[in-house]
Amino acid sequence: MSGTFVGMPSFPRAAKEAVHNKTLRDNLRHATHTIRDKRAKAVAELADWAELREAGKQIKDHTLRHLDRYLVQLESRVTEAGGTVHWAADADEANRIVADLVKATGESEVVKVKSMATQEIGLNEALEAEGIAAYETDLAELIVQLGDDRPSHILVPAIHRNRGEIRDIFREKMADWGRAAPHGLSDTPADLAEAARLHLREKFLRAKVGISGANFMVAETGTLVVFESEGNGRMCLTLPETLISVVGIEKVVPTWRDLEVFLQTLPRSSTAERMNPYTSTWTGTADGDGPRTFHLVLLDNGRTDTLADEVGRQALRCIRCSACLNVCPVYERAGGHAYGSVYPGPIGAILSPQLRGTQSEIDASLPYASSLCGACYEVCPVAIDIPEVLVHLRERVADQGGKGHRVEKAAMKAAGWVLDHPGVLGAGERVASRTRKLHPSKLPGAGAWTRSRELPEMPAEPFRDWWKKNRKPKSDGKKP
Amino acid sequence: MRVALFVTCVNDAVYPSTGIATVRLLERLGVEVDFPEAQTCCGQPQFNTGYRAQTEPLVRRTAAAFEGYEYVVTPSGSCAAMVRQHYPKIGDASAAALASRTYELTEFLVDVLRVTDVGAYFPHTVTYHPSCHGLRMLGLGDRPRRLLEAVDGLELRELPGADECCGFGGTFALKNSDVSTAMGQDKVNNAVSTGADVLCGADNSCLMHIGGVLRREEAPLRALHLADILASTREEPLV
Ligand code: SF4
Repeated sequence: MSGTFVGMPSFPRAAKEAVHNKTLRDNLRHATHTIRDKRAKAVAELADWAELREAGKQIKDHTLRHLDRYLVQLESRVTEAGGTVHWAADADEANRIVADLVKATGESEVVKVKSMATQEIGLNEALEAEGIAAYETDLAELIVQLGDDRPSHILVPAIHRNRGEIRDIFREKMADWGRAAPHGLSDTPADLAEAARLHLREKFLRAKVGISGANFMVAETGTLVVFESEGNGRMCLTLPETLISVVGIEKVVPTWRDLEVFLQTLPRSSTAERMNPYTSTWTGTADGDGPRTFHLVLLDNGRTDTLADEVGRQALRCIRCSACLNVCPVYERAGGHAYGSVYPGPIGAILSPQLRGTQSEIDASLPYASSLCGACYEVCPVAIDIPEVLVHLRERVADQGGKGHRVEKAAMKAAGWVLDHPGVLGAGERVASRTRKLHPSKLPGAGAWTRSRELPEMPAEPFRDWWKKNRKPKSDGKKP
Repeated sequence: MRVALFVTCVNDAVYPSTGIATVRLLERLGVEVDFPEAQTCCGQPQFNTGYRAQTEPLVRRTAAAFEGYEYVVTPSGSCAAMVRQHYPKIGDASAAALASRTYELTEFLVDVLRVTDVGAYFPHTVTYHPSCHGLRMLGLGDRPRRLLEAVDGLELRELPGADECCGFGGTFALKNSDVSTAMGQDKVNNAVSTGADVLCGADNSCLMHIGGVLRREEAPLRALHLADILASTREEPLV
């Protein structure tokens, strides 16, 4: 299960397994429904939610429009505060920079605070290839790492696991990675948390290098910000001697003042909390407090290409709250792994094909992994019109004309011609009605339909024929 | 008052009864209905599948077909949403003008004709599924439910998880058949749990999918369009 996402099958095939796995579907259903109901309550408490959503959208759009300026400002502030800034164009470059920085410290292990950006570039695997062990310290990430698994949710990476499965993973795997699980470990949340605490504490106290991401970077002061719930992130950020933060370039905001919006919308959207339990900020280095060396790796990896697309660029507003995953009926059935990227669910379906391009089978299928029901747009705290971007990306994939799309395009063209000739359309409908008792399942495309659903019975005559027989004489046929 | 019926391609070819019911209902309420025969399809299937070039001629055709009518009424939330939300972006001024004159049936009844009791009679237990496009893109709110509640003899039952997508989604139902069916089955299970004999909706494409699952699973209820129920009267009851 572990490793990269290269060579993933298309979404429909990857989803099939999950759809028919009852335990997985029950776990997902329970978790997403619980959090979605809580989120709705937390959001309803704020009378100005609509204004906050609009403000978040505008702050992000403004920053993206002037990204060059804010990034340069950020770089000079970080440098002035004693940090070093590195620019990485893609995953390979970012991984090489980080690996070299770790090697320069002479260390062979690092502790990590949960970071989507480092998952996106496959940092752990790249470090492992260089003989460096990277330990995830977020509880859910730990479960995923020990289970030799992949995260399936942005915020709750182990959402697809239940307590019993987690206990088994701890019992079997903890000893391979450090301190073993306590003897006779039960599956109560308190016992599981205590086992993780003991296991992780050992690592925090030993590690000399920490690696993090960031939720926001403030350009005016060069400050990085992490929102988290467990406090493990804070340990990673303060205990090591060297701190390396890998952050996507779209995470910058102009000022501290801008954070007030996201401090309200992010926790409520993601964990349904009024305030996230731990908000850590760090600015360069300070004598006698925290890491003595600080490196910031600014990651592009497809982001400037995404920014160049007028419709698609709104995906860069994403603050990774995961609200869209929790309301998505497709995610709920297919699970996060089917999306073949660290960004699952609706945001993954529009972000991954933009960051990675639509050449691979999985990326070409992601824009279609939605019924366009619009629930994701409704909850998104920065108002990303995900359905709009999905349709836009479908155009790109259809134009590209890969597997299956040549036939589809021809069919669309033929249908378009018929639909532009009402007489032909009416004749076709009449034929369909008259032959309605014959082989309905032989209709094109019927296979995918009739495996699980009955086809509707064709009527005796189409509406336009009924109209001609029953109403047309009364109408003068002229427009008003 | 004279209105143009936009029957939609699915209703024309597969569910003419819904078009007929809409005509009868509107006529009963004193509206003169016209059916411009040049209409075909709003282009939603093409647009949503990523074929914008194939959508444009259909947008032009639809806009031309309905030119000059003050009100265009359609018994389909998703086609109304296509015209309202996307026509101004895809077409010219006449397409944009059509967007502002197009009404989904329940909107037309409640907002323009200002009726909720349409004099219908339907002695059954009914549960209502508000399709996504009607619910989120058009914001139909409680209009359909208010119309149903006023129907003589009808008992309305709340559908658990009503605002969750049924899994149709146009070509999604074919391209992601497994997920689509799983969604449809959950919808059907929720409908069955209400004990109603009818699952009502205002979008026949969703009902085609839900109805297909209902019949495959031999569930003890049938799918019906809202217009069919509202057209039913004591004199001419739908059985
Ligand atoms: S797209 Fe919106 S809802 Fe989804 S994770 Fe990003 S910010 Fe949250």
